[in-house]
Amino acid sequence: MSNAPVDKGRRRFLTVATSVVGGAGVVGAAVPFIVSWNPSAKARIAGAPVEVKIDKIEPGQLIRAEWRGSPVWIIRRTQAMLDSLPLIENRLRDPESNAPQQPDYAKNEYRSIKPELFVAVGLCTHLGCSPQFIPRNFGVAEGVDSGFFCPCHGSRFDIAGRVFSGVPAPANLVVPPHYYINDDTIMVGAEEGAA
Amino acid sequence: MSRILDWIDQRIPLSNTLKLHVTQYPAPKNFNFWYLMGSLALIVLVNQIVTGIWLTMSYNPSAEGAFASVEYIMRDVEYGWLLRYMHSTGASFFFIVVYLHMFRGLMYGSYQKPRELLWIFGMLIFLVLMAEAFMGYMLPWGQMSYWGAQVIISLFGTIPFGIGEALTTWIRGDYVISGATLNRFFALHVIALPLVIVILVFLHLIALHEVGSNNPDGIDLKKPKGSVKEEDKSPYEFHERYTKKYDIVDSIPFHPYYTVKDLVGLAVFLIFFAWVIFFEPTMGGHFLEPPNFEAADPMRTPEHIAPVWYFTPFYAILAAVPNPIGGVILMFGSIVLLFLMPWIDRSTVRSIRYRSGLHKANLAMLVVSFIVLGFVGALPPTELFTRIGQIFTFLYFAFFVFLFFYSKNEKTKPLPERVTK
Amino acid sequence: MMKRFLMALALLLPSAAFAAGYSGPLDKADYDLRDKASLQRGAQIFMNYCLGCHTMQYQRYQRTFEDLEIPIDLGQELLQFTGDGPGSHMISAIDADASSEWFGLTPPDITMVARVRGADWLYTYFRSFYEDPSRPFGVNNEVFENVGMPHVLQELQGVPRQTYERRMVDGEMRDVYVGIRSDGTGRMSPDEFDQAMLDLTAFLVYTGEPMYLERQRLGYYVIGFLIVFLILTILLKREYWRDIK
Repeated sequence: MSNAPVDKGRRRFLTVATSVVGGAGVVGAAVPFIVSWNPSAKARIAGAPVEVKIDKIEPGQLIRAEWRGSPVWIIRRTQAMLDSLPLIENRLRDPESNAPQQPDYAKNEYRSIKPELFVAVGLCTHLGCSPQFIPRNFGVAEGVDSGFFCPCHGSRFDIAGRVFSGVPAPANLVVPPHYYINDDTIMVGAEEGAA
Repeated sequence: MSRILDWIDQRIPLSNTLKLHVTQYPAPKNFNFWYLMGSLALIVLVNQIVTGIWLTMSYNPSAEGAFASVEYIMRDVEYGWLLRYMHSTGASFFFIVVYLHMFRGLMYGSYQKPRELLWIFGMLIFLVLMAEAFMGYMLPWGQMSYWGAQVIISLFGTIPFGIGEALTTWIRGDYVISGATLNRFFALHVIALPLVIVILVFLHLIALHEVGSNNPDGIDLKKPKGSVKEEDKSPYEFHERYTKKYDIVDSIPFHPYYTVKDLVGLAVFLIFFAWVIFFEPTMGGHFLEPPNFEAADPMRTPEHIAPVWYFTPFYAILAAVPNPIGGVILMFGSIVLLFLMPWIDRSTVRSIRYRSGLHKANLAMLVVSFIVLGFVGALPPTELFTRIGQIFTFLYFAFFVFLFFYSKNEKTKPLPERVTK
Repeated sequence: MMKRFLMALALLLPSAAFAAGYSGPLDKADYDLRDKASLQRGAQIFMNYCLGCHTMQYQRYQRTFEDLEIPIDLGQELLQFTGDGPGSHMISAIDADASSEWFGLTPPDITMVARVRGADWLYTYFRSFYEDPSRPFGVNNEVFENVGMPHVLQELQGVPRQTYERRMVDGEMRDVYVGIRSDGTGRMSPDEFDQAMLDLTAFLVYTGEPMYLERQRLGYYVIGFLIVFLILTILLKREYWRDIK
């Protein structure tokens, strides 16, 4: 053994310093592994905003578009559907759409830019099943003829995608960012003005 | 903290295992540079497994998609290029480290009694590692991947009595290298062989800790119980498993002394490793060969095919013999002889430090032969190079023959009682 | 069986005939991947003259525009002639079967041609076409003998001819080969053409490894960090090993 007494303070300091720097190195080395799970350039390009033609949608009809691999619904609502919206507000969990499930420009009584055209991501906010569009005989209340019903766990949404109280789904359906390129076409997945 | 440890210790022998193999494991205090390679090999193995798992996440093992998926990793996956270069560079560094590790064993007689099984497990790791590297090189499905595999698999075709042809077709699952071959090699590369390597590494370490590490003086540091004066014993606390049977001299606990020393080695190693990854990932066309940046084309062979650098010595031995069967036998023989080292070397003195000048010259000849064969195997074959290859193939084998004869009555120097500095 | 093996071995051990690649001197391609203007000019030549037949199926327009600092709208307008959107790969508009018929083989993908051939080879190759009426396209190449492609850059370079000059050698007048000279009908002067070929080479080096600059940049940080770590471990090791005599 050495005759020099062990300098415990120095030894401790160096041990801690090496551990900290080594630990930082391990964390740094983990970064590429973690970020490699982000969507790749391929996925990001596939998830780019999509243009959807809306001129052929009949009143009361729903069409589906694909954006980032998810179904996006576009519905041209009838006047009767729009009139039914205020009737059941007391049975909804978030009738005012206070939860941030939509862009600001769709935070209104119709949850849409133009009242009749409703755009939403067609995935239940409970566990991600795609609910069914029930165009008539929705059968939840007088005067409310249409809405969405999720077959997985029975969640119900009205024709503005607002969730009913007492169902598993916790929030209204998501309205994706979108804007009107012209009267016949909308862009889903991007805000107006953004590239 | 200690209560948690107690709770665990009552269920699995955690503290005891750590003491037995790490904090109270007696390691000779005179380890030099060469004894770093084992730790480094373990680190590289971990690197290969982790980066390999991540590459598998984006790789597509099909003849149609493999090449494009590697470029997808290189270009579209965030930091995919880094993962790929870490893996490809790791493969070459694995062999650098393993070759140095094997040379260390030859130099200090680490294969001699009682370390025969330790050596054989090590050689098995080397053998499986070569298969692993070969199959891995096929996966990018570039020109070298394809034609290299074509040639190596054709080696099995030299087996006579019609077995060879049937065997090669069976290995490929087709009449040429094809998507079927790629798929099975992928399965072997990513799961079967790594599993075998990990098991063999485990056995290698078990064997090492059973017999204890050799050291540059090649002398036993576990002396018979009671034969050493108290003041000569190593002053550290070692696990009773070791002290019950032996008096231990000139040894220090693996942790902290060799953990901190290996950390220095690791830092130096990582600087070299990072330098290659970030500044020379193809290492001038040796770690990643230029033709492999072209997709496999079964209709067209590249102008010059050479195996990756770590196979070239064996490849040169193969090419040294005009008769193909002879070449294959010689190539496998060159590895089999290494397996037999514990019995070929009949000397009782382990370390080169105390062996004859003849032995030193002989070992130097082996090293020179191996390096020259490495160069010859990488160069385009001209008459001159083939001749050089033949000469050094002869010298490579001569090492083992000479050793067998002179080691029996070799004139060795007296061994020291205790390790020298 | 024996024959098969010998064939395989012959593949592995290329004879002189196999290894007949060009082995003469190559001109040094003194490109700079940080020179975005050079890369942009190279991209322009590539899109206009090469992409007609060769594809770059692993490289995306968008990535190229971003890395070369070209605004995406401008890039799409001036440089992108194929594909659906900026995210698409740089695929040639030509039909692979048709081109195979014209040229005898499908022109290879050249995303990574610089990694296969090397920058110096490409730079020399581009400037080594010469007029040769015996060839199907009327041109040959000093670096790539009997090359199967036409000299698509002839409108830039002019007609390149192998030129001999009468010179005094060992006391007698002889025709001495002095290299390839343009007949001067091209849109570029010889110096401009060399620069253009350097730009094109730089662009091909870029597409071969688009992460090259990022790789190097990251490398300095990593190695800098490792040196700090090395110093600490050396101090730590010395501190502990003071125990051992």
